[in-house]
Order: sequence, then structure tokens, then C-alpha cells
Amino acid sequence: MKINILKIIIFSFVIFFLCVFWVGLKKTKNYDTKTLIGSRISNFQLTEINNVDQYISEEDLKKNKFTLINFFASWCAPCRAEHKYLLNLSSKGKKIKIIGINFKDKKNNAINFLKELGNPYNFVGMDLKGKFSILFGIYGIPESILIDNNLIIIKKFVGPIDQTHYNEILKLIQ
Amino acid sequence: MKINIFFFIIYIFITSTAHSSNNQTKLLEVYKNLRCLVCQGQSIADSNSDFAATIKLVVQDQFNDGKTEVEIYKFLTSKYGEWIVYQPAFNKNNFLLWILPYAVLIFGGFIIFLLVRKTKHNKVN
Repeated sequence: MKINILKIIIFSFVIFFLCVFWVGLKKTKNYDTKTLIGSRISNFQLTEINNVDQYISEEDLKKNKFTLINFFASWCAPCRAEHKYLLNLSSKGKKIKIIGINFKDKKNNAINFLKELGNPYNFVGMDLKGKFSILFGIYGIPESILIDNNLIIIKKFVGPIDQTHYNEILKLIQ
Repeated sequence: MKINIFFFIIYIFITSTAHSSNNQTKLLEVYKNLRCLVCQGQSIADSNSDFAATIKLVVQDQFNDGKTEVEIYKFLTSKYGEWIVYQPAFNKNNFLLWILPYAVLIFGGFIIFLLVRKTKHNKVN
């Protein structure tokens, strides 16, 4: 009788482990940013690309109904692809303000990039060493974060903004 | 007098070197427990990616500001989620991961105890 109980326990354990492995294999282990939605952005102070005496902080973003924080660089090819959508968004006027954060780039290259493609940003900040990107949970560029006037993250776009993202942003800021 | 100054300089040099190497060891431990999100199966310590380099800079800054290892993990978890740390904190989602090895150990011990007792019992009979 004791042995039977033992067999049942061992069998149950084997089944349990198989189930754990099965669920583990089925689960995707890719990093996603779902956990960041609804959280507040960190306090920060960012220097303007053309004027080191000019700053922007989280307090300034509270004045905007919606703000799109976009990380870009002149060396980043997908950033060029998303630029037209950012320009279109900037034409939406008071509904949304766009803050550009130039990531690990040379100042002159960034200025030329904006001269060439147009400047959709209400403020362009410099993140020479990339440390600001960590404050925003960025792990590659381009990435964009849509926040409201309470500094709460509404949506995070990993990769270049495309037509679908653009439509989604328009819907969210309505 | 000159000898005293010489030994004092040597003492300062040795203690500062030891302190710096101790800090480097602690930093390396933190890097090893952080996952590189853009790499395949590499920690921040192993990776030379841009992301890993930035994380190393931020960890160094926080470490120099006097933040503890736990505070650094907490900060990075708030930005990237639990996925960034190899050793996640004990919570309702992963309690099995923490408890199971001990449960298996106790269960294994119990089985061995039963088998030994049974063998002894058979021998006596």
C-alpha cells in the first residue's frame, strides 16, 4: 500500500514537471514594454541641442496635454523612415508636443539631419552617453513614448513609427 | 622622517588600490545579474553591445552615488521589468521557482528514508 502511494506521488511529480516544461516552452521570453504602460516617467533635466543654457524637465511636460518623447539619431536608418510621421504629427498643433532626444550622436550630424528632413520637435535634447534613455526604459532606437499631462506612459512604440502607429497616436490623443 | 612619508604613501596607494578593486568586483557582480535585453543569452557583464555599455554607465553612476545593489536592481526593474534581472525578487508569480528546489530536496530525502526503512525491514524479515 505504501509503495502504491509512493508510485502515485512520483507519478504526480513527473506529470507536474512535464506540465511546467510544456508551459515554459509555450511561453515567449521576449522582452516587452507592457509593464511600463501606466507608470510615471522619471524626473529628468535635459539640455537643448543648440543651447546648453536651455533645459527641459518633467515639469514642462505637464503643460502639454500629450507629449511624444522620441529617441533618434542621425546614424539610425529607421529614424529616417519614421520622420515623415513625426512631421505630420507636429502639424497637429496643440494636441500633441513632440520632444526629440538625440541619442549617442554628434551634435553637427544631428543638426544636419534635422535640416535635411525637417524638424518636427518642439524641443530637441542631447543624450550624448545614452544615460537618459535608461530613465525612459529605452533599449534601442528609434523608440517613442506617448505620455499625458500627468506624466503617465500611455503607449510605448519600439522601433520606427509607421502608418499604424501614427493612426493609433491620433486615436489616443483625440 | 623620509622613511615614514615613504611608507605612508605606500599605505595610501595599497588601500586605494584595494578599495577600487573591491568596488570593481561588486560592480561585476551587479553586471552579471543583469540580462542584456538585446543579446541572446548574455549578461550585461558578457556583452559589448551599446545597450550593455549604457547600463554599465548608469550602474556605475548609481554605485558612486552610494546606491545599494538592491536599489540598483529596483531602479532597473522599474524601467525594464523583472526580465532584466537574472535573479528576480520573490513574488506570487515566481514563488514556485524559489520553493520547488527545496520541496524536491525534502521529497527526495523522504523517498530515500522510505526506501532505506523498507530495505531494513525486508532484511529483518
